[in-house]
Amino acid sequence: MYIIVVGGGRVGYYLTKELLEAGHEIVILEKNERRAHQIADELGSIVLNRDGCEGKHLAEAGANRASIVAAVTGDDEDNLVACQLAKHHFDVPRTIARVNNPKNEELFRHLGVDEVISPTRMALAAIEQDIPVHELLHLVQFKGGDLELLEAQISADSPAAGRRPTDIPLPEGCSLFVLIRGDAAQPIRPETVFQVGDKVLAISRTECELELRRQLIGSNDPVGSAAGGSS
Amino acid sequence: MRVIVVGCGRVGAGLAERLAREGNEVTVLDINTQAFNRLEPDFPGEAIRADGTDEDILRRAGTEGADMFFALTEGDNRNILAAQLAIETFRVPRVVAKVNDPVRAEAYTALGVATICRTRLMIDALGRHAGLEADPGASGVRSPLVQHEHHAPPAEQGVGAGPRGER
Repeated sequence: MYIIVVGGGRVGYYLTKELLEAGHEIVILEKNERRAHQIADELGSIVLNRDGCEGKHLAEAGANRASIVAAVTGDDEDNLVACQLAKHHFDVPRTIARVNNPKNEELFRHLGVDEVISPTRMALAAIEQDIPVHELLHLVQFKGGDLELLEAQISADSPAAGRRPTDIPLPEGCSLFVLIRGDAAQPIRPETVFQVGDKVLAISRTECELELRRQLIGSNDPVGSAAGGSS
Repeated sequence: MRVIVVGCGRVGAGLAERLAREGNEVTVLDINTQAFNRLEPDFPGEAIRADGTDEDILRRAGTEGADMFFALTEGDNRNILAAQLAIETFRVPRVVAKVNDPVRAEAYTALGVATICRTRLMIDALGRHAGLEADPGASGVRSPLVQHEHHAPPAEQGVGAGPRGER
């Protein structure tokens, strides 16, 4: 596949490296001359010292035969312009933009960027997993469906503490499947008794999340914080 | 009328000043406080030090319900982003972006953003001074070629094709 990467910062560099290793044909556009030379020294002559936001430079890079343009500079506006030019002027089938301001995600999608990646949001979600603010963590949202993988921590206030899974009225469409106690994972069996400090992994339909929260964590937590990392 | 000006450079400051003196309700934004020195001390509008490409900031500045929006920073791409926010998110009826790269200006005119291109304006003005024929596509604000609602790719509007005559 022929892929054009706009921006040779850290993200662009490592992306290009991985794509090259996977056997793709890559050109990377980096407007800073020093940085362009640096990348060329390391990755070979796949660098054009050009501004990927300029139509004629995208043309020079062969944008009209590119399958993907990935704009990953540190500036949202540059990534937007590179993607819009690629899409509307060169008919590139797939454009990917990095956004640093998470508020731009929706706008960029609306403006025709096919895939919008927000490292800020990803970092936030990852950090939230380490900070016990929300006792119900969203680990994975399964693509396409409305199922998610959640982690609930059993606290002293939790109605589930000291009880067995069979004593907990779970909403339909929810399944508890793994317990993490200390450093070990164990399957949840009918005779398992939940203890304070246990982490329970559950798969739930999005609309059952509230009920699941009530059963595993308690109802003192405001509904609003159910948003977790995926809002 | 309520007017938002993003970018308080010479052009932004000058325009904000004139519009405010004419009795319009003008808010000018710039990320650099020093830029506001370009405004007269008794500037009758509002000056806010903030990033005019940020949705929340534009909302707080009153972009919702504004009648006109001018994106006049030094960065073409910043202007393009701010203008598209004004059009798509805030539905401002009259939006102009300053885009100094002629190719990019043409491309965004085709995509539904009114643009003004200093490069072409000046080349045209100087060319005429030198006795060349006027470039009709260069003068003033170039209105969008498509109405902005959906970003249908403009058929056969080759944006790289260089200056053309239509307005």
